[in-house]
Amino acid sequence: MATPSYGRIARDGLWDNNGVIAMLLGMCPTMAMTTSATNGLGMGLATAVVMAASNFMVAASRNYITREVRIPVYILIVAANVTFVDLTMNAWMHELYKVLGLFIPLIVSNCLPLARLESFASKEPVMPALMDGIFMGLGFTLALTLIGAIREITGAGTLFADASLLLGPAFKFMEMRIMPADMGVLMMILPPGGFLVTGFVVVGKRLIDIRTGKGIQMSGAHSV
Amino acid sequence: MTFDVKAIPLVANFNQMMAQREGAMVHGIILGIFCLGFGIFLALTELATHNSIADRAMEDRQNSLGQVIPKTIHDNNPVLDTLTLKDDEGEDLLIYRARQNGQVTGVAYEVHGSGYAGRMKFMLGVDAEGKVLGVRALSHKETPGLGDKIETKKGDWILQFVGLSIGNPPLEKWKVKKDGGKFDQFTGATITPRGTINAIRSGLEFFAANRAQLLEVK
Repeated sequence: MATPSYGRIARDGLWDNNGVIAMLLGMCPTMAMTTSATNGLGMGLATAVVMAASNFMVAASRNYITREVRIPVYILIVAANVTFVDLTMNAWMHELYKVLGLFIPLIVSNCLPLARLESFASKEPVMPALMDGIFMGLGFTLALTLIGAIREITGAGTLFADASLLLGPAFKFMEMRIMPADMGVLMMILPPGGFLVTGFVVVGKRLIDIRTGKGIQMSGAHSV
Repeated sequence: MTFDVKAIPLVANFNQMMAQREGAMVHGIILGIFCLGFGIFLALTELATHNSIADRAMEDRQNSLGQVIPKTIHDNNPVLDTLTLKDDEGEDLLIYRARQNGQVTGVAYEVHGSGYAGRMKFMLGVDAEGKVLGVRALSHKETPGLGDKIETKKGDWILQFVGLSIGNPPLEKWKVKKDGGKFDQFTGATITPRGTINAIRSGLEFFAANRAQLLEVK
């Protein structure tokens, strides 16, 4: 497989081969962390950092990792990066850590970083691998923020509540109230809402792909 | 006739075995090097962040205690001025003490109540007279939108306890209105406020029972 162009990598990561809504990977954080758009955004960005760093490290050392031990090495690299993010965020971005801290260790259990290491970073040069990590991470962020936004609007009536805790006081303007709180459907914030909304978003993506005429060949993850 | 030594089954097996063993060794060494490298990387990260993390943890605890013990009534650091007593169930309970000029002006400790979805933990601050200085939910699993109004983020309900004590209102009035008490329940949730009020009441009873030890100046 020839190394894809950066444009292709970006399209794959953000839409065509999106980790959540096309490949259906990383469902655990998707369900757990999308009770609000802000939570989804934060979890997505933390995952993107880990994915970019892990992809970079694996691509850089791909010629030294033998096939037999590659899986333990990948897990080691992902776990080390997650621990690094966890410690540095706790020390130097403590406000953000208070919001996300509980969920950062969960990135280890997300199979999306591992899937990208195995199917992309272990075969491609360093720069494309880094780009793949960044765009797959951003695609993950996009999907989680979208699902989070839908659940938050329908469940609590707000959008990006507490965004200023995550991004800083400058982002206070993002916090919106779309409709009165008591109009929200509580179920959307509870676990069933996660399954429902994720399902509808996946269907929505397929419909858009079919409309634009590439639904058939793009359905499912392309071979790895 | 040419004679190939590898044609002898035993020799072939031996050669293959040696190759495999060397291979296994290489894999082990590669894995070992990666483990060592990342181990050192994480050890350095830990070293660099250790002090900051300890500082942040101290600030967090001071802030959360600051919500139940007003800063104006003490000149010490209650996080470091602790005392361990046995609670009603015989378990160790960590007490934080606030002092002004050496006199104990208030204490804070965790109290528990059972809510709609398991145990709820609160931090309760009590002054030397046994009046509530403040109470905050530390952790709970109550239903979002219904039971979580015990959080200050979601409502002012829990602030009404400030200044109250056993006797004001009288002990039998430390209940939700539905049970004939003084305090409002929330719309759609009675169990959560009931558990919260029980937790605060039992916390105040604990203070009354252990008053001498709590206020003792050492």
